[in-house]
Amino acid sequence: MTLSIAGDIGKGTHSLSVDFSIEPGEVVGIVGRNGAGKTTLIETIAGIVPMVTGSVEWSGTDWDNAARKMWVSPEERRCAVVFQDLRLFPHMTAMQNVAFGLKARGMSKGEAHNVAMQKLHVVGAEQVADRRASVLSGGEAQRVALARAIATDPAVLLLDEPLSAIDAASKESLREVVATVLQQFTGIALLVSHDPTDVATLATRTISLGAKQSRA
Amino acid sequence: MQTTDSPTAPRQLQVYYTKVDRVFRGFVAAAALFSLVVLFLIAAFLLYRGFEIFSDFGLGFITNSKWEMLNPEDTSTATFGIAAMLVGSVITATIAIIVAVPFAMASSLFIEYYAPRFLRTALTALLDLVAAIPSVIYGIWGYVVLLPLVEDWSATLNKYLDWIPIFAVRTPIFGRSPFLAGLLLAIMILPIVTSVAREVYSQAPRDLVDATYALGGTKWGGIKTVVLPFGKSGLVGGAMLGLGRALGETVAVYLVLNLVFEVNFKILASAGGNVASLIATKFGEASSYELKGLMAAGLVLFLVTLVVNFFATVIVNRSRKIV
Repeated sequence: MTLSIAGDIGKGTHSLSVDFSIEPGEVVGIVGRNGAGKTTLIETIAGIVPMVTGSVEWSGTDWDNAARKMWVSPEERRCAVVFQDLRLFPHMTAMQNVAFGLKARGMSKGEAHNVAMQKLHVVGAEQVADRRASVLSGGEAQRVALARAIATDPAVLLLDEPLSAIDAASKESLREVVATVLQQFTGIALLVSHDPTDVATLATRTISLGAKQSRA
Repeated sequence: MQTTDSPTAPRQLQVYYTKVDRVFRGFVAAAALFSLVVLFLIAAFLLYRGFEIFSDFGLGFITNSKWEMLNPEDTSTATFGIAAMLVGSVITATIAIIVAVPFAMASSLFIEYYAPRFLRTALTALLDLVAAIPSVIYGIWGYVVLLPLVEDWSATLNKYLDWIPIFAVRTPIFGRSPFLAGLLLAIMILPIVTSVAREVYSQAPRDLVDATYALGGTKWGGIKTVVLPFGKSGLVGGAMLGLGRALGETVAVYLVLNLVFEVNFKILASAGGNVASLIATKFGEASSYELKGLMAAGLVLFLVTLVVNFFATVIVNRSRKIV
């Protein structure tokens, strides 16, 4: 169940070469200066941006292989993403946002809402379940985005600055929530963050983009 | 930090324009006002010419269906009412919208989200081209090609659905019917509705569509979850622009619809008309008094189209700041 990525990703100023593998249970912190390609790396693994050269391989299966022209669509990959800008669906409630991925994978509406409610409870956002995403506060929206990502029980959890854009007090409590979620998570997790404290407290290993990559 | 008890009054800002700026500003302002002035003059002209008719017939001009003038020299022999034509306008335009909107949605989604880049460019250019075809060409094509086909379709619809009042007919003649006119109008407004829908769908936030994929959603899931809700108001706006055109269409409807001065809700029957085709039909041989009647009919059509387009603009603008 190893995730390996090796090759060139991104274009223009965001292009970089990467080469590393991640084992299940690991939480890998991705750090790097602005524009180093951290978000591009997340989007490449998720299947939103294709590899330029090289491949993304999960558990012996190519998700993306530029040379062999193989590409598994994002919905077929067992990934879930907390985007830096969250990308909650603003016209839906928090519950509907969390249930989206479950229903997309064929779960019935009732069951999806039950699971969504459980996940909202895990991140401490059950009280905003019926509120539209567009009216949530920054901290509430971050929690809902996290619940939405873990709802589908992904094999690879990609967290792009999950603690950004919130005040210091909220950040502390949200960091505890993220830590709890990651402790219970058995798959592979990648955490992009600018904050050394986030990486130090949440990640089990750190990869610095922009520095020379070595195969782990 | 120092504070004062009485804040000083805000400084008056002054903006200085150069001569070139002032000339250009005057020019664009005049151009903008010109279209408003033209609009006002058209309405004033129609009101001026048709006022006598509104005064003579009152509300009956809108509620009656009869249009006749037994003696062109004697205004007392005239009876003018546009109810049948108004109903015809609404029925044909409604058929056009019901048929055109689903096609427009499907084709705009295909162009924006499924078509390869070269095909997208070609189809977009083609849409603009089709929108420029004169309506008389549509009318002739409708009469020669569409009419025989629609006669067969109408007979089938009537055979199986005649228990629904709008599909029933008194005599099984399915020639130049509101159904045919509606279908032809649907084809005519398809480019404008598709064009607006494509524009609106292209403005749906791509990052949210990507988010649906990253959460396990399919392309259809992304479209259903993000694109359609974001484009809803814009699509309605596009449909109303199409409705405006369908309500005001003249030549094509004139060629494919049998003008009968009787309110007809049976869409397969070979009888109907709309306000624009009434004006086109009667204009050439009208007496001066009947001409005033046609001007009054034109004013009603002008106002209806204006109201429809106004709502379309409001709805399209709303779609830009949706959710």
